[in-house]
Amino acid sequence: MSGHVFHPGHDDLHGITVVLETASGRLIVGRWHEKVEKGVVLHDAAAHEPGSQQTREDFVARTLKFGVRPEHRTLVVSEELTSVKRLTEL
Amino acid sequence: MAYPDLMTRPMREEVTRLGIQELKTVADVDAVLGEGEGTTLVFVNSVCGCAAGGARPALSLALQHSTKPDRMVSVFAGVDGDATQRARSFFSDYQPSSPSLAILKDGEVVHFVHRHQIEGKHPQQIAAELTAAFDKFC
Repeated sequence: MSGHVFHPGHDDLHGITVVLETASGRLIVGRWHEKVEKGVVLHDAAAHEPGSQQTREDFVARTLKFGVRPEHRTLVVSEELTSVKRLTEL
Repeated sequence: MAYPDLMTRPMREEVTRLGIQELKTVADVDAVLGEGEGTTLVFVNSVCGCAAGGARPALSLALQHSTKPDRMVSVFAGVDGDATQRARSFFSDYQPSSPSLAILKDGEVVHFVHRHQIEGKHPQQIAAELTAAFDKFC
């Protein structure tokens, strides 16, 4: 357990705002809750869909400046992930 | 969900003992933030141990700095809901998150620290970023 995690039993990313990139090209931002068999459980999550009007760069830039605009109170991401980063790493 | 006073009181006192005024009602918020002159630090307190556990000690460190905002206030997200919502209306371009911090200058947001900028950081790192903002804007 990381020194920054104050909830015993949770993994190191618990409570951290992460960016998940999926194999289909979706970018999903949210607060990592836990990894379960079905996938990654995020709270207060928002997604950028490939091909949407807003560019991925704009989505990321706005999220970094103004915060995550949540579309899902809780979201289970079961897609194949190609990367997992902290939002602050972008 | 209402958190018991027994649980939140130490988190409140960790902030108020720094000289930060706690705003518990909409009227409290309007009386301070409605004035709009000078610099005001607004801390959105939180019960979340992951991030607020770093934010409160960071505030304590940052407020030892020689340059500080004119006023320092806090609201408690998840506890004083109406006051928190009202305070957030003064920085409504920014998505709600807690803990978070805003620095207002003459009523305008000049610096904002989101929860995601607090998570996983040591209090010393957060404090260094805050004092840099104090030097720049206060």
